[in-house]
Amino acid sequence: MSENIKVLIAKPGLDGHDRGAKVIARGLKEAGMEVVYTGLRQTTEQIVRAAIQEDVDVIGLSILSGAHSHLFPEIMKKLNDSGKDDVLVIAGGIIPDEDHDELKKLGINGIFKPGTPINEIVEFIHQELDVA
Amino acid sequence: MADLEKGYQEWKENKLDKTVNNYGERKDEFTTGSNRPVKALYSPLDLEEIDYLDEINFPGQFPYTRGVYPTMYRSRLWTMRQYAGFGTAKETNERFRYLLDHGQTGLSVAFDLPTQIGYDSDHEMSKGEVGRVGVAIDTLADMETLFDQIPLDKVSTSMTINAPASVLLAMYIAVAEKQGVEKEKLSGTIQNDILKEYIARGTYIFPPEPSLRLITDIFEYCSKELPSWNTISISGYHIREAGSDAVQELAFTIADGIEYVESALSIGMDVDSFAPRLSFFFNGQMDFLEEVAKFRAARRLWAEIMKERFGAEKAKSCMLRFHTQTAGAALTAQQPQNNIIRVALQALAAVLGGTQSLHTNSFDEALGLPTEEAAKIALRTQHIIAEESGVADTIDPLAGSYYIESMTDDLVSEAREYLDEIEDLGGMAEAIKAGYVQREIQESAYQEQKAIENEEKIVVGVNKYKEDSKEIGDILKVDPGLEKDQCQQLNEIRSQRDSSDTEKHLNEIREAAINDDNLMYPILDAVRDYVSIGEICDVLREEFGEYEAKIF
Repeated sequence: MSENIKVLIAKPGLDGHDRGAKVIARGLKEAGMEVVYTGLRQTTEQIVRAAIQEDVDVIGLSILSGAHSHLFPEIMKKLNDSGKDDVLVIAGGIIPDEDHDELKKLGINGIFKPGTPINEIVEFIHQELDVA
Repeated sequence: MADLEKGYQEWKENKLDKTVNNYGERKDEFTTGSNRPVKALYSPLDLEEIDYLDEINFPGQFPYTRGVYPTMYRSRLWTMRQYAGFGTAKETNERFRYLLDHGQTGLSVAFDLPTQIGYDSDHEMSKGEVGRVGVAIDTLADMETLFDQIPLDKVSTSMTINAPASVLLAMYIAVAEKQGVEKEKLSGTIQNDILKEYIARGTYIFPPEPSLRLITDIFEYCSKELPSWNTISISGYHIREAGSDAVQELAFTIADGIEYVESALSIGMDVDSFAPRLSFFFNGQMDFLEEVAKFRAARRLWAEIMKERFGAEKAKSCMLRFHTQTAGAALTAQQPQNNIIRVALQALAAVLGGTQSLHTNSFDEALGLPTEEAAKIALRTQHIIAEESGVADTIDPLAGSYYIESMTDDLVSEAREYLDEIEDLGGMAEAIKAGYVQREIQESAYQEQKAIENEEKIVVGVNKYKEDSKEIGDILKVDPGLEKDQCQQLNEIRSQRDSSDTEKHLNEIREAAINDDNLMYPILDAVRDYVSIGEICDVLREEFGEYEAKIF
């Protein structure tokens, strides 16, 4: 199940809060997934390029700065433009409820708030990728 | 003591153990918020090794365990300093004046991420970030707007700015000049703590060596020109937010402090010329009593180090003065109103720990930027502690508690073990380069997450007493159009400047960077002529290079 899943955890923009990103990266790894963490201050191009190069199944975007409404649409557009549109994109951090609809329209269906158990994220990934 | 020991053993065998055997306890093991063991009872036996005069003493006397001032809050309450800033300088100026009108006593500026990383608002990397987590500052013009109608000789201002701290400090001085306020009258703080940016907060620009040099340039400049300014706020806050426990927060913060003192000594400064202006910044987390002990331990530890290791002679050089902010990481997105109670407890611990200034978080901050209403409740929380609770009426009221005193002493020893380890690695800058500090913090962060998930650690509303999530009302929105306006304004300023002046200033900065001259002077000259933060930092990037973070 988790063994064949490859995940990119990415920090788009200038936000330096990466406690959550690192905890999730380690949690998914311990759940058996292969995880690549980009580190801080990634441009949208860098993230899309890494997703293609690493041929990941999932991209986890972590952001607490509020810049998601600008950066996430760019990432989704660049993924589409480059043909990497089969990837599952999830997000976490400080993302106000009222922005969720807009992000879901872009195809970001998993948006996880602070306090989400890692298992819930693992299950969501399994469900979406249709692995038992 | 022999009688006491005997009495204790009798009590333990005949009363405590029997009752525990019959009825059990709520948990197999009791630990603090930082996983340190907690006994059922503390008594005078736990204080046997502690010498009151050497290790606790009276307030205002070495090692300042009970507080840095002889009167503490009986003469003056702590400074209520709410961190604020969003959008444009004009909007933030309005929020500042609102807060001052509502009983806040000091200002604390939040800058947006481009400003913190030394990019102008029209830089490629700034897209989507302008005015988000703080106010956007490009040139002196923004700073003039930010402090419009706020007399800089009457307020003290704290600025959360690190890598480009010299630039923002220079702009603040330039605003004061325009207001006709003498430099000697300026009081406030710049965070200016780059080491914790590498460890925990992420707004670094340059590599450690030139960054430390920028910091010591500021120490030197301020010791001559800005006598009432706190030149650094050595911050454990973000280390704790990144997931460290209380001992790590204490140890790593003090270790950062040691590194800064070493750096200043290495350029030939006298310890007593700069140490009195060093200040600190700690986190107020949930384990109430452990936090009180942590603040007390921090004061003692710093005083001992300054005296014993650095030979400081001035009393002020040994006094650890600190700001506290309640823990952002303790705020829950679930049942957010509960955060009001969390913040009140954390703030109370900070006050009982003797903080000099305090920021209380707004309850809605796990959801987005705080609304005005939420920010007001946060400020009122401080007013209630100050005016109604009575805790400010006597100094260090928890002193003498067997538990508090023994824990204060334990925290000092445990932090010292870490300090020894860091010393073995060659000091804090080396320990950070090797990833040691980052790994220690990440391990704690992960263990805490696991403890919450397996319910060893309870967070109300998150893993116990859960409810279906309800949306709460408004959160503050930043106008997406402001980025364009800010860029336009910057362009106007650029077009009005004399470009040969700008060139001249940037060359002077470059020369000073190359020749190891104090950078504060040419930076101050440059900002007076509206040279932008991005232009100044670009020159320094060219000369110093940029820090490349490794992933540990």
